[in-house]
Amino acid sequence: MGPTDSAIDISRIHDIAAGIRRRVLDHTLNNNGGYMSQACSSAELLGCLYGGVADLPVPEAPLLPPSFPGTPAPGGVNRNTGAVFHGGRSPHHDRLVVSPAHYALVVYAALIETGRLDEDALADFNKDGSTVEMIGAEHSPGFETTTGSLAQALSQSIGIALARRTRGESGKTWVFMSDGEFQEGQTWEALQAASHYSLDSLRIIVDVNQAQCDGPMDSVMSIEPLAEKISAFGWDVHKLDGHDVEGIIAASNAQGSKPRALLCYTDPVRGLPLMQERAPVLHYLRFKSEDERARYQQAYQEMVK
Amino acid sequence: MSYEIVARPHQENFIAWSKDKPDVVVLSADLTNSCEVGVWRDTYPDRFFSMGMAEQNMLGVAAGMAREGLEPWLHTFSVFLYRRPLDQLQMSVAYPALPVRLVGFLPGIMTPGGVTHQAIEDIAVLRAVPNMTVLEVGDATEVESVIDVAHAIDGPVYIRQLRGEVSRIFPRDEPMVLNRARRLSTGDDISLVTSGIMTEEALRALPLITERGVSVDHLHVSTLKPFSDPQVVESVSRARRAVITMENHSIVGGLGSAVAEVMAENAVATPLRRIGIKDTYAHGASQKYLMAELGLDARSLVSAVEEALGKPLHISDEELSEARVIDVHSTAKAEAL
Repeated sequence: MGPTDSAIDISRIHDIAAGIRRRVLDHTLNNNGGYMSQACSSAELLGCLYGGVADLPVPEAPLLPPSFPGTPAPGGVNRNTGAVFHGGRSPHHDRLVVSPAHYALVVYAALIETGRLDEDALADFNKDGSTVEMIGAEHSPGFETTTGSLAQALSQSIGIALARRTRGESGKTWVFMSDGEFQEGQTWEALQAASHYSLDSLRIIVDVNQAQCDGPMDSVMSIEPLAEKISAFGWDVHKLDGHDVEGIIAASNAQGSKPRALLCYTDPVRGLPLMQERAPVLHYLRFKSEDERARYQQAYQEMVK
Repeated sequence: MSYEIVARPHQENFIAWSKDKPDVVVLSADLTNSCEVGVWRDTYPDRFFSMGMAEQNMLGVAAGMAREGLEPWLHTFSVFLYRRPLDQLQMSVAYPALPVRLVGFLPGIMTPGGVTHQAIEDIAVLRAVPNMTVLEVGDATEVESVIDVAHAIDGPVYIRQLRGEVSRIFPRDEPMVLNRARRLSTGDDISLVTSGIMTEEALRALPLITERGVSVDHLHVSTLKPFSDPQVVESVSRARRAVITMENHSIVGGLGSAVAEVMAENAVATPLRRIGIKDTYAHGASQKYLMAELGLDARSLVSAVEEALGKPLHISDEELSEARVIDVHSTAKAEAL
């Protein structure tokens, strides 16, 4: 049983989304750089996931990010993951696996907004010896796989979901993905496998922001028609406005017996229209001048009003 | 010299071994009977996962299962475990040090399938991957016991496995032990370190070599990583004339390189001769043909010893011809390439 529509506070999700944009912009201003467009595009998606669409337990109090403990080694050495920020495992709770590790800053902001990660954790971002890494890995808050080499989380989540099904667990397994990952062949291998095994407990929610490092995806390598392709692979596909919180909740609660894909089409400058002037190259925001920085500072002041 | 030939030593042994281990699952990429787990699948259908020809996904699924407490045993040809899905092997399996077992069949030149099927640099690649344990079996006893060695390791393990008709060289009651070589003879002219099928090949020539007054210290190695068995440094340190390594693998990065590292780190100044595939690809042909063509056969060992001693040993082809030649049409042959 997942949460019902009525159990989810929609206004809180909007607050979380606004908080994500505000925190990421603040961080970007203070560090002269950040993955800002990813925050603008995915704020409502992550707001939904952490705001109740994924049924994750909440830690009793926000957790401090640990220092980097060392790399994992045989014998269970350093095998703890950032999934602890998702409140621990239980058979009936959902799991959330974050695939595009470049969204780390946005994920950290979402964790802070939902009381899972300490308010000051972003001070550790990209600092030597910290787990609050620029490209998240499995020791980073909110992560439980190492997927900076993109498109590897879906396969691992299939393994997780198959193992959970073997144990008769009722919780769903969610994977947050980016649309660029549908350029990788492994994604299609995984979609095929989830369908073959009728993994109806598996859900992907995709930030279809149609942008990637080199620019607009349709100039780099087109993936459309994405919904039709995934549907042809045997999935239930919901094509959505990624800023429509009610629509995302409805799609997550819809009936269905197949693995489910929520394709959330998003605006990479939503909430920060100033960034439109940098289009189409939006992958990473670094200010070109003090004047530009001042204009973003002004936008931040508008946000915190 | 002849050995008992065991037909499909992995097949029934793995079924019996898995019986009381409910967390053991098998993943296969469309080579199930070829890797001797077709009967396993029929015995434990709920624990068998067909992943199709999609190895990148298979490595990831295995990682997810291992994170949930299952022990996935991937069965396919060696090349499809490390060469095609290397990034997935590294980032999904090796970095988190998950207990995933990669059972790789047809190592080196053991397949007539040609370059696409011949894993000639797998040990080199996987020795360089942190957290990996790398094992290679040399006979039926090791085929049977390697699964216990791998099972005991809480981390990823790659096994160079044998299938079909496999000789039993080592006694059944002397199972493989992690990071411990088998000393097959003692001597101080030559230190000979062999692995995999090359041990049996070397054993064809060794009686003829020792008959001619050459004393050989012979170690059979089944653990390529870790490679810290003190017997190795002890043996190479004692050799007066040469150290010779013999492997069904490229001479770059495998057993010969591992021995060279040990020698250099211990200031052992004896000449080293590496018998193996000399930094070339192979092609589709029989094992016997390729072993002769690439210089992996018993004659190559004789030549290496002769070079080390600087004198001919006068060993004829007839003396060496008591080879066991695998009949590729035998009834124990695995079903497909």
